[in-house]
Amino acid sequence: MNDAIVITQRDTVFMKDVDAQSSQKVSACYQCGNCTAGCPASFVYDMQANQIMRGVQLGLKEAVLNCRSLWMCLSCSTCSLRCPNSIDVAAVMETLRHMARRQNRITVPNVEKFWHSFLDTVRVCGRTYEIGVMALYILRSLRVFTDLDLAPEVLKKNKLPFMPHVVQNGGAAAIGRIMRRYKERAEREGVRP
Amino acid sequence: MRIGVFICHCGSNIGGTVDCAKVAEKAALFPDVVYATDPMYTCAEPGQATIESAIAEYRLDGIVVASCSPRMHEPTFRRTVERAGLNRYMLEMANIREHVSWIGKDVESNTNKAAELVAIAVAKLRGNTPLHSKSFEVNKRVLVIGGGVAGIQAALDCADGDIPVVLVEREATIGGKMAKLDKTFPTVDCSACIVGPKMVDVAQHPLIALYALSEVEEISGYVGNFTVKIRKRAPYVDWDKCTGCGACSVKCPSKKTPDAFNEFTGVTTAIKVAFPQAIPKKAVITAAHCRQMSRGKCGVCAKVCPTGAVNYDMEDVIVTEEVGSIVAATGYDLMDWTVYKEYGAGRYPDVITSLQYERLLSGSGPTCGHIRRPSDGREPRIIVFIQCVGSRDRSIGRPQCSGFCCMYTAKQAVLTKDHLPESQSYVFYMDIRAPGKMYDEFTRRAVEEYGVEYVRGRVSCVYPDGKGAYSVMGVDTLLGRPVEITADLIVLAVGIEGSRGAGELAEKLRISYDNCGFFMESHVKLKPVETNTIGVFLAGVCQGARDIPASVAQGSATAAKVLGLFARDRLENDPQIACVDMRRCVACGKCVRCCPFGAIEEVSVRDEQKAHVIETVCQGCGLCAATCPQGAVQLAHSTDNQILAEVNTLCRY
Repeated sequence: MNDAIVITQRDTVFMKDVDAQSSQKVSACYQCGNCTAGCPASFVYDMQANQIMRGVQLGLKEAVLNCRSLWMCLSCSTCSLRCPNSIDVAAVMETLRHMARRQNRITVPNVEKFWHSFLDTVRVCGRTYEIGVMALYILRSLRVFTDLDLAPEVLKKNKLPFMPHVVQNGGAAAIGRIMRRYKERAEREGVRP
Repeated sequence: MRIGVFICHCGSNIGGTVDCAKVAEKAALFPDVVYATDPMYTCAEPGQATIESAIAEYRLDGIVVASCSPRMHEPTFRRTVERAGLNRYMLEMANIREHVSWIGKDVESNTNKAAELVAIAVAKLRGNTPLHSKSFEVNKRVLVIGGGVAGIQAALDCADGDIPVVLVEREATIGGKMAKLDKTFPTVDCSACIVGPKMVDVAQHPLIALYALSEVEEISGYVGNFTVKIRKRAPYVDWDKCTGCGACSVKCPSKKTPDAFNEFTGVTTAIKVAFPQAIPKKAVITAAHCRQMSRGKCGVCAKVCPTGAVNYDMEDVIVTEEVGSIVAATGYDLMDWTVYKEYGAGRYPDVITSLQYERLLSGSGPTCGHIRRPSDGREPRIIVFIQCVGSRDRSIGRPQCSGFCCMYTAKQAVLTKDHLPESQSYVFYMDIRAPGKMYDEFTRRAVEEYGVEYVRGRVSCVYPDGKGAYSVMGVDTLLGRPVEITADLIVLAVGIEGSRGAGELAEKLRISYDNCGFFMESHVKLKPVETNTIGVFLAGVCQGARDIPASVAQGSATAAKVLGLFARDRLENDPQIACVDMRRCVACGKCVRCCPFGAIEEVSVRDEQKAHVIETVCQGCGLCAATCPQGAVQLAHSTDNQILAEVNTLCRY
């Protein structure tokens, strides 16, 4: 796995694509590592944020788009806030995630399943419905006991209502329409919804 | 008029993309041109000889050289035509290198453009007249603004060259930032001990007049004859009587005055001598914290002063000095480091600047050289140095490297180990920049002999851990892993900017400055100490980040420039200046008001008011010529008729 990278044969278009889709200038990164230093999810990353930036600069498309970190990113944007070169690192991560997803590279499928579960409840209620998200996620991932230990405490504090709070006055339906339009467009353009 | 045209190939620089022979061929047909040729290198000796012999052979009375930018070789060719017996202003240059050959590859269009530029130059030359400089007296005294190590060096070198010096320092003592440092890299010798003798030399030199606690208020005039107004701020102590004995500060009851000399790491008395080696060693009262001056009740210092020097009613004094040249050596200040909220800069007591740490290390500092945490006075065990705080950070508009932080951080880490052998220092760095003599060896010694731990990465945030220490969240990019250090003291290597008020001073000096307050030199490489205002020179960090050896070298360099300027008793002005046609002038006064140099005055000619240009003051900017509603003011060498001739040549239809 530590074979020398033949830099002359790298994918030179990759960085330009990332730059164009994220409206950032990845070449501005001088590898200070501040993105990694502040990243709260770095402990589960297989490739640190600064290494991902370097990978994009070097055109290591396979390594970058296949890494788990893209999916473990919390999108908290601490990296963007700290970057001394004002690169929106979170936007670069988001762009890479979209690129990976369009190419069916879902390295951590459970994360995507969670997103779908979350979006399903939003489609119906117009806002999130926590128990619904939990139920759908358990069904999709078959991780039955995941985080179940937290439930009693959360229920006690009344943070997990049994009934969904549906957006009133047709709001939920309107949000549902937005999501339907998006899905139709995705099908038209042949990308994963 | 008989004009000769020389189209330079500049090797392949111009010849590569311009058909020079064809340009010369076309030029031979321009009006008044009797000779045109295309030498390979016109600026070289054979090229210049070609010009000289052509002038003699074809009886030329004006020549056009089409070559590089006149910034480079106009003086060269002016000397050439002068040698051949012509007036030096009977020369015009067409820039066919920077403006043509270097910017386009199409030979045909380049050749056409070059020919057009030559046609313009010929048209202008036809209106040229011989011009002669006027000479004026030089006042052989120099003003040095700023008494840091660069200013001290410039002042001493000028004074040793028998030039009287006026040295103006804003603070109560000279010595600048160097006097605040504990040790200097890479030799780790005592800073105050090496700058101290130089400060004494300034005080004792018979040719140096020192104005401490003073600022330049106003500057007028021009090279050779500047008039400078200096505001001497009131120290509320008669310095003629004060002996610097210090009895006043011993008795002063206002003992909680913030100590600016110690970078606010400690408190002091309202009346004090800045530090033991201060020059001048005179007491100053901080008015805002003096009980007598703020509340009208105290007067202890006046009672104890053995010479009766204290005077609470003192006022600022403005003095006027006449000098012939000015050296700006105003140094730097730290940028506003409190913008680094993620480091708790300015909020957490144990997150301090490197300059504050320098005062903690110093024997004359608030802790007498014992490293103690500002919060609780304990000795720190784990010390974290964070570099590039306010340098190389585009997100806060500071893209530049501050230059010396890598070295002083290594020095401070080494000193920390000397002071506290049980301590451990960590340095977060991005790159170690140590290009000076023995510099890189020094940083290696810090690592190998003093056990300083260098971590390659930046720090994201610092927060108190609730147990009196601080958590530093950093990264080791070499391993690709975040790192966390629990530290007792955090030292930030804060980036620098031009000294407070540098912009205002630059405007008084009529020199340029950049967005970080650093003064602009005349040419980055070839004129590093000159400015665009003749007679004003730059020394030290006021021009850009540099360390002590470079500042001293630049101080000496400015002295060489001043001595060179003063080697002549009279200076010659540039005759490309404005002149007023008395018959057309209606004395409206617009030119007098618009002149940025105060070079136009109203005079009475046969009982009529007329504008008159003071030839030695005029800088030839042309504002008056553009402003004059009568067309009475013309700029010699660029008259309206010449400019119109140039335009007509280019736009014939």
